[in-house]
Amino acid sequence: MKTQFKAPLLGAAAASLLTAPAQASTVDETVNAIFANSTGWFVSFIFSPFPGTSFPWIVAWLVIAATIFTFYFGLIQARGFKHAIQLVKGDYSDPDDAGEVSHFQALATALSGTVGLGNIAGVAVAVGIGGPGATFWMILAGLMGMASKFTECTLGVKYRNEFPNGTVSGGPMYYITKGFEERGLKGGKPLAILFAIFCIFGAFGGGNMFQANQAHAQLTNVLGDYPGYITGIIFAAIVFAVIAGGLKSIAKVTEKVVPFMGVLYVITALIILLINFDQIGWAFGQIFEGAFTGLGVAGGLAGALIQGFKRAAFSNEAGVGSAAIAHSAVKTKEPVTEGYVSLLEPFIDTVVICTMTALVIIITGQLMVDPETGLYMVGENGAIQTASGNTGVALTSAAFSATFGWFRYVLALAVILFAFSTMLSWSYYGLKAWTFLFGEGKAKELTFKVIFCLFVIVGAAASLGPVIDFSDASIFAMAVVNIIGLYFLMPIVKRELDSYVSRLKSGEIKKFK
Amino acid sequence: MTEKIVVAYDGSENAHNAVNFALDVAKAKGATLIVAHVLEWSPYSFLTKTEIEERHMRRKEELERADKAIVSPLLKELQTSGVEVEVLVKYGHTAETLLAIVKESGAKQLVIGRTGQSSISTRLFGSVAGTLAQAAPVAVTIVP
Repeated sequence: MKTQFKAPLLGAAAASLLTAPAQASTVDETVNAIFANSTGWFVSFIFSPFPGTSFPWIVAWLVIAATIFTFYFGLIQARGFKHAIQLVKGDYSDPDDAGEVSHFQALATALSGTVGLGNIAGVAVAVGIGGPGATFWMILAGLMGMASKFTECTLGVKYRNEFPNGTVSGGPMYYITKGFEERGLKGGKPLAILFAIFCIFGAFGGGNMFQANQAHAQLTNVLGDYPGYITGIIFAAIVFAVIAGGLKSIAKVTEKVVPFMGVLYVITALIILLINFDQIGWAFGQIFEGAFTGLGVAGGLAGALIQGFKRAAFSNEAGVGSAAIAHSAVKTKEPVTEGYVSLLEPFIDTVVICTMTALVIIITGQLMVDPETGLYMVGENGAIQTASGNTGVALTSAAFSATFGWFRYVLALAVILFAFSTMLSWSYYGLKAWTFLFGEGKAKELTFKVIFCLFVIVGAAASLGPVIDFSDASIFAMAVVNIIGLYFLMPIVKRELDSYVSRLKSGEIKKFK
Repeated sequence: MTEKIVVAYDGSENAHNAVNFALDVAKAKGATLIVAHVLEWSPYSFLTKTEIEERHMRRKEELERADKAIVSPLLKELQTSGVEVEVLVKYGHTAETLLAIVKESGAKQLVIGRTGQSSISTRLFGSVAGTLAQAAPVAVTIVP
């Protein structure tokens, strides 16, 4: 049951603090009740459908933007794909610039922020509600999203702030402010402030609570049931040690282990697909059929589409603006090159890794099909009934464990590491937004870090529903502001792109390898 | 055009021996000495977000430190030798970068110090001296 609150977040939380203990007995339930009550209004607003339909306006917002960027930049995802790979390989890197951040490093670091639970748990949620057809829309959204990423990351580099000590800060709040000024447009600053506020919410929601929540789900799956706040406190303590205590070694280890976990995950998925290679054709059949008919899922075609697009956006963050923060620190003379490189991100994240997860879930028969009609059996809550009765990360775990029993332990480790690295990434994004609003300073930064860690505990203790809703809502709210900015600034990107491409053709931009 | 000799220098004692050896050769031949200092760096390593943010600043610091602690003291020493000396400080994989310097400068010889280590990692991945002895297109002198 969701109560609608019009009061601000904190007021609502305080109000429910007084009423909640009467109905809830455990700490987890209390946290959960407060959480669901205090964020409900925000979630309802972001996901309100077009009048008379079940289609949330926010999903249309992202899809339309990605489509516009795709056409505006002339299918840059196809045209620029080869060049993006050449850039990552370092073919165009001046050897004299060695020692600066390479394109590969920027991509790897940005990827470690996006490859995470969205690829494991988010896909399971999409397929669990939207059926196999959601995969089709997810892949499509991934391909389209490449153009959104290209746009925002080019701007991120072009309008970053370079501080006298040599460090850099960038992202939508900077390009919206400076870009609008440059074009003589009003309203840049308020828009940038709005973005920064949503970015902080996003850092607390999708970048934090969702991660803690799913990490706890996976831990109970392996270790047996125990209260969520225990996981929360342990996680919060480690995160705090890293981001506030300067325990850089943990961050470094995470940064190095996460890519290998990602590769291990993909290889395992590939092996499972190879073992069941005779069913791959059938699985793709289900994906295509489901994409256009829904195969009996709640909401039919639209249900599959909404789930696919939502999860893709949540996983690859295209249009959200977070990647622009991560990519903007790269040292490059040409902002467009970083745009090129960043378009590989949704491709690797969504088109490759998310599809792997979806295929494994479908092929291992996790989703229950009614043998008579061939349609998926939908439970009371609108989700497809699964063989193990699982949702979220547990569903993915069940799918992988169906072939390799031991994989649930590897997955548990992967989930925890992914969750951790995503939390670190988002603590960075959130902090950048925070310092944009409040200025830089030790005490101000510490305040943010403490609040961030408190939300880790809340996230681990709350049940999946309210957390996932708030995570989505906060991340999508960022996309609302960011995409408005992108529409106004895309002519600047176009100019950069045209100039770069012509110089590339004329040979002014040299290949070094 | 005078002949060129590349000598690798990392501030260690062996490297110092290598420089002295190369200096004698250069004197005898009237050659130019190219002192190369390589800062080990891979564009394919993984960095955290904060490391990326600070990289440009750190690179500057690293170059300044290399100049102050390693290159400048050596240059001072070589000032009186009467041999023409060039200095190159570069980032990269040590052996590959030295090879690139040799090729680019058209040097006829490469002089390096032996690290004298026999650690497990050397056994597994080979040493810089070993790699250069195998791969260099010019004569390589390894000074103990």
